[in-house]
Amino acid sequence: MADLLRFATAGSVDDGKSTLIGRLLYDSKSVFQDQLESVERTSADRGDDYTNLALLTDGLRAEREQGITIDVAYRYFSTPVRSFIVADTPGHVQYTRNMVTGASTADLALVLVDARKGVVEQTRRHASLSALLRVPHLVLAVNKMDLVGFDESTYRRIVEDFTAFAAQLDLPDVTAVPMAALQGDNVVHRSERMPWYDGPALLEHLEQVHVSREDAQLRPARFPVQYVIRPMSTERPDYRGYAGTVAAGTLRVGDAVTVLPSGRTSTVEALETYNGALPEAVAGQAVTVRLADELDVSRGDMLVASEAVPTVTSSFDATVCWMADAPLRPGQRVLVKHTTRTVKAQVQALHDRLDVTQLLPEQADSLRLNDIGRVTLRTASPLAVDPYAQDRTTGAFIVIDEATGTTVGAGMVA
Amino acid sequence: MTTAATGLSQLDVLEAESIHVMREVAAEFERPALLFSGGKDSIVMLRLAEKAFWPARIPFPLVHVDTGHNFDEVLAFRDKRADELQARLVIAKVQDDIDAGRVVEVPGGLRNPLQTTTLLRAIEEGRYDAVFGGARRDEEKARAKERFFSFRDGFGQWDPKNQRPELWNLYNGRHNPGEHIRVFPLSNWTELDIWRYIARERIEVPAIYYAHEREVFERDGMLLGVTPFSEPRPDEPVQTRVVRYRTVGDASCTGAVESPARTPEDVVEEVASTRITERGATRADDRASEAAMEDRKKEGYF
Repeated sequence: MADLLRFATAGSVDDGKSTLIGRLLYDSKSVFQDQLESVERTSADRGDDYTNLALLTDGLRAEREQGITIDVAYRYFSTPVRSFIVADTPGHVQYTRNMVTGASTADLALVLVDARKGVVEQTRRHASLSALLRVPHLVLAVNKMDLVGFDESTYRRIVEDFTAFAAQLDLPDVTAVPMAALQGDNVVHRSERMPWYDGPALLEHLEQVHVSREDAQLRPARFPVQYVIRPMSTERPDYRGYAGTVAAGTLRVGDAVTVLPSGRTSTVEALETYNGALPEAVAGQAVTVRLADELDVSRGDMLVASEAVPTVTSSFDATVCWMADAPLRPGQRVLVKHTTRTVKAQVQALHDRLDVTQLLPEQADSLRLNDIGRVTLRTASPLAVDPYAQDRTTGAFIVIDEATGTTVGAGMVA
Repeated sequence: MTTAATGLSQLDVLEAESIHVMREVAAEFERPALLFSGGKDSIVMLRLAEKAFWPARIPFPLVHVDTGHNFDEVLAFRDKRADELQARLVIAKVQDDIDAGRVVEVPGGLRNPLQTTTLLRAIEEGRYDAVFGGARRDEEKARAKERFFSFRDGFGQWDPKNQRPELWNLYNGRHNPGEHIRVFPLSNWTELDIWRYIARERIEVPAIYYAHEREVFERDGMLLGVTPFSEPRPDEPVQTRVVRYRTVGDASCTGAVESPARTPEDVVEEVASTRITERGATRADDRASEAAMEDRKKEGYF
């Protein structure tokens, strides 16, 4: 049974990120002939010396014209053991906003450095954001090894620099790979030009990296109710099911559950799907829950394991990444969408801004575009929240500007 | 949210993600609609909708933007599915816009570009605030930049440089009256995933997706079927070959591929080893330029 790994890539301008992804797609035979021909044609028209694999991923007219990546692009490839979704996040324009977006759903972050330049501010920024978003794995891709003569000591020094920096962060798992993406060394196939490196090629690592299945399922159950299903048909006149996706843990028939925010309790009578009833449903599964008791449950409520309920609160601290041109200021009113509940909220206090190259707090009276800071939010009605560090679903929220309707921030409950 | 962390297979994860998106839309919008053409992607999307709301009926109508250049098997299939699901089927005809002079047919008869006007009219007439489409990000470079929830202004336009960031599984559907959201539940599916799912779930698709004998002729490196909308010129000899369709669109610009694949499993095998994208192989409309799709999408196309 093939599974799925989502990873986000990040790098500075010209680290060769698009080339690396192009290489992964090309060497894993996920690039099609017509796509390659189109890229070869464009490369030749532009007078490039070699087929510019970056053109495989830069899709918009403006991107091709300017030779840059503007927006997060999603790429797909698969090998016999795993399917991959790549969130390709641009390195320069709107980097924090894009990186945070890509990292929010990622199981792994791929951070590129140029072997000639080593660990730079952008590298630290990307590592810090991965840590902040609690991406479970990080790969440090030391690229352009061909331009430093495949020199082992250069590679070792970069890895040491990075490891020293990463020690200050809460990064669970770091793996480094030396590579030359342009020629394909250590991308899909192990390179013969770096005999001193005995680790896996990048793709081998991506195929093997252990994604702990147990963690998500062992957490206390969380089930945000999305939609109430009431067929009101003659066969099922009284059917009332709560549709949603299990956010964390495992729900089992017979489990004692508490409905939040009301606090009423019941037991799980059935877990139903179109394909039949299930004895249990695990994190990530979309199911319909029927309860043993008739309770008032609606969208925005959360069914949780009665043995371990989250905090229900109208005031909480959070780290917010700001994504709008107009700055966030203390006192500002916004909308917060947390799981399936959207509530009015007010920024009660802005405590500080984080220097994202080190995650150290600085004084601030506003958060500007791409700033990350710590705030206290007061909400108009209570939310059932877990710390983001424990749960990437029930600890996450987005901030919406009520006037424009746009998404202006990403938040993580402290 | 973590994907591989749950022990679910890749198809399970994709299915759950699509169902989640559809339920969000049903809960947060007043008048959603689902674009259903009878093509394989919209067939899978329709099955996902069935799953999302079971045992209740799908809580929105199906809309077909009808170019008038159809495959008979596909229209019959469309009507049969709508009947089975007891769903309301709204048909918006490109011909009506041609007759009313809102669009002008171009020489050569390609009607795909004309669909945009008809689609926007259908959205306006139905006052739909969310419209599900079966587009996938793997289909095309511009689509790789699409969101699950794609905001469209009062003119139906897409602004690729100014999209809302989409984080975790938290989708933002806020819009003003007159604006709407295009929703793409299959964003993360690939052509191969679609066929694996059709095989796994034993989903019926129109017979033209499987190998059959057909009178075809070659044009621009594509095999076009002989239909009232695509007739061979004198220098284009007609041959009978065993073909199947990888995509089903406007019959005048959708090519067939030579294939012996007669079952979903055969197709899975074929797609897994093919080296040409489905649009590159079979869609004349996407060959216009590098940015043909981006330009059409900006104007309101899917």
